[in-house]
Amino acid sequence: MEETIKFYQTGTFTVGNRLLKDDQRTVQADMHRTNSLNSGHRACQGCGEALGARYAIDAAMQATNNRLIAVNATGCLEVFSTPYPQTSWQVPWIHSLFGNAAAVASGVAAAQRARGNTGVRVIAQGGDGGTTDIGFGCLSGMFERNDDVLYICYDNEAYMNTGVQRSSATPPAARTATTPAVGNFPGNVFGTGKNVPRIAMAHRIPYVATASVSNLRDLERKVTYAMSIDGARYIHIFVPCPLGWGSASEDTIKIARLAVETGLFPLFEAHHGEVTARTPIRHKVPVTDYLKLQKRYAHLFRNPPDEARIGLIQMMADRNIADYGLLN
Amino acid sequence: MLKQTEGSRAVAEAIALCRPQVICAYPITPQTHIVEGLGEMVKGGELVNCEFINVESEFAAMSVAIGASAAGVRTYTATSSQGLLFMAEAVYNAAGLGLPIVMTIGNRAIGAPINIWNDHSDSMSMRDAGWIQLYAETNQEALDLHIQAFRLAEELSCPVMVCVDGFILTHAYERVDVPTQEQVDVFLPPYEPRQILDPADPVSIGALVGPEAFTEVRYLAHHKQLRALGLIPHLAAEFKKQFGRGSGGLIRSYRTEDAETIVVALGSLNGTVQEVVDEMRARGSLIGSVSICSFRPFPLAASREALMHAKRVVVLEKCLAVGLGGIVSDGVRKSLSGIVLNGYTVIAGLGGRAITRGSLTRLFEDAERDELEQVTFLDLNADVISYELERESKARRTGPTAEAILRRIGTVASGIG
Repeated sequence: MEETIKFYQTGTFTVGNRLLKDDQRTVQADMHRTNSLNSGHRACQGCGEALGARYAIDAAMQATNNRLIAVNATGCLEVFSTPYPQTSWQVPWIHSLFGNAAAVASGVAAAQRARGNTGVRVIAQGGDGGTTDIGFGCLSGMFERNDDVLYICYDNEAYMNTGVQRSSATPPAARTATTPAVGNFPGNVFGTGKNVPRIAMAHRIPYVATASVSNLRDLERKVTYAMSIDGARYIHIFVPCPLGWGSASEDTIKIARLAVETGLFPLFEAHHGEVTARTPIRHKVPVTDYLKLQKRYAHLFRNPPDEARIGLIQMMADRNIADYGLLN
Repeated sequence: MLKQTEGSRAVAEAIALCRPQVICAYPITPQTHIVEGLGEMVKGGELVNCEFINVESEFAAMSVAIGASAAGVRTYTATSSQGLLFMAEAVYNAAGLGLPIVMTIGNRAIGAPINIWNDHSDSMSMRDAGWIQLYAETNQEALDLHIQAFRLAEELSCPVMVCVDGFILTHAYERVDVPTQEQVDVFLPPYEPRQILDPADPVSIGALVGPEAFTEVRYLAHHKQLRALGLIPHLAAEFKKQFGRGSGGLIRSYRTEDAETIVVALGSLNGTVQEVVDEMRARGSLIGSVSICSFRPFPLAASREALMHAKRVVVLEKCLAVGLGGIVSDGVRKSLSGIVLNGYTVIAGLGGRAITRGSLTRLFEDAERDELEQVTFLDLNADVISYELERESKARRTGPTAEAILRRIGTVASGIG
C-alpha cells in the first residue's frame, strides 16, 4: 500500500527525508554521496556558489554512477577550490580559461565518443561572467551543435572573483564596483542585461532549467534529470554572494528564497524551447523584502526612498509572475 | 604512393594517416582546404573513429582541442592569420597544460590592412607560446612534418605547429609521395597520454599555481623544448630510414661548405633562394643558404655551426618586428654570439609580395659587397613611402593610410620585381 507522505511542519512543504522513498531522497542525505566538492575549500562564509556546486555535482555524480568529468571556467569556483597543492575536487576536473568552458567540455565529450566511453558524461560550469559574457560564444556554439554537455551557470550577478564588477547578469540598480551608487541614477542602469536561460531555450536544446540554492532538492532533481538525457543542457542556478551583495552570510538561503518568492528569479524547466514546468510562488512578497537585505541596493532606501526605481523592480518581478504564471 | 595533389590535400591525407580522434575546424583562408578534406574523409567513412567538429570560432577550435586532448585522444586543428590571433589565449593554455595537440598554420599575413596572402606574421606572433614550430619547405615536407609532429608532440607532451606557407604551398599542386597506413603506424604508435581526465582515477588539471612553483613550471616548458633539440633530428633520421627521404630536422644547409655569404630563410622561400644560390655559384660567387625548419626550439648550436665560418649572414624574414626589424635575426645573431661577421636583416614577402629571383640576386649581390643596410625591406616602393610621408606632414586629416596608397598606385598586378 502506498504510504501518504507526511508533512513535517505545518504550513510548509518541507517533508522528512526519512519518510520518502529511496529514489526521492536528497543526494546529500546519502552516506554514499561523493563530496565531489569537498570541504576545506576557500569560499567565503555563506557562499551560494559553493553550496550550489556541491549539490549539483554530487547529484550528477550519483546520476552517472560516478562517471563524470567536470570542466570549470575561471572564476571564484575555480580559484577557491584549487589553490594547489590543495584541490577540493573529487571528480576528474579541468580548468582551461575564463571564456572556453563550454568548448573544452565539447572536446571532452567528443573524446569520450571517440574512445567509446559511452557512460562517461560531461559537465561544464562557470559563474555568470564566464557564462553570459566572456564564455557566451562558446556556450552558444555548444548549444547549437547539441553537444552532450550539461552546462551549469552559478549566477551571482557580477564578477565577484575580480572584486564585484558588473556583468550582463547584474540586475538594474545593483551597485557594483563598475556601477557605483553615485549620481542621479546610482547602480546598474535599467533596460540592460541578458536572459541566458531564454537564450538557451531559443537554441531549442533538449533541456533548460533555472534553480536556486533556496530550493536544493529541486536543484538536485533538475541536475539528476539533466543527466538522464543526451545533448546540450543548461541549468542556471541563483547563488547569492554575501561579499558582493553586501548581505549577511547567514542570509544566503533566505535571500535566494526571497528572489524566488518575489518573482525576481522564476524557477522553471523547458524542453526543446518550451516552458514545461514552473515552481509556483507560495507566499508572494514585495521586492523590498528582498532588496533591503542587500547593501548593493542600499541607495534605493535612503531618505526618501527611491520609490520610482523600486517600483520598476517590482514591475520586473510582476512581469515574471505573469509571464511564467507563477501565482496560478 | 606518388600522386599529383594540392598541398592542403597532402596535409589532410597525412593527418588522416595519423589516426586523429578529434578534429576541430573553423574556416579561414588559406587553411580551409585542409579541414574540408578531413571533413570529407570523416563524413565519407574513410577516416574512422574520429570526431569532426565544426566550431564557432578559432578560440573554440583550440578550446575543443584542449578538452579532447586532456581527455586522452589524439587531436588536430588548423588555422591561419587572424584565426591564430583569435585563439591566442587558448594557444598558450594548450602549451601550458602540456597537451600534445598538432595544428597546421597555413601562414598568412595579419591585418590591418586585411590581407589574405602569405607571410609568417601569424605563426611568429605565437613564437613564445610554448609550442614547437616547424616550417615546411615543400608540400612533401609539409606532409612528412605532420607525421613527425604527432610523434614529437606526444613524446614530449608539447603541442606542435606545422607552418605551411599559405597559397604557395597550401594551394599548389605538386607531386607528393603519400606513405601507406602501415608505414605510418610503425612510425607513430597509438597515443599514450601522460595525463587524462578519467573517472576511474580523478585528477585536477589547470589548478591555480602561485609564485612558489610558477617559475619551475615555466622552466620545465623550456626544458621540454631543449629536449626537442635532440629529438627533432633523431625523428628526422628515423623518418628517413623508414620512409626513404629526408624531411624535417633542425636546419638544413645548402652549398655552405666554403660560403662567404650565407642566406637564412624559413619555409617555401628556400626553394627560390637555392635557385639563386645555384645561379650565383655558377658565376663564381661563394654563396650558400640555410633553411631553418625548427624555429621553436631555436637551434642555436646548429645555427652557429652552420654559419660561423661565413663573412656575412643575410636573414630573409617574412615577418616584421615593428620598431626593431627582424624576428628570425634575433635568434641567428644570438647563435653567433662572439663571432665577428656582418649580419643583415631583410624583410621580404610581406602580405604575399612575390619574392623573385631577380630581386634576390640584386639583394645578395649587394650583400656580397656589404652594401646593405642593417634592416632592408625588399622591393620597398620608395616613391609611395615618400609621397605618403610628405602628404601626412602637410595636413592633419589625411584619412586612412592604406586606402590612400591604393588610390595613388591604382589597380596594378601584384607582380613586383
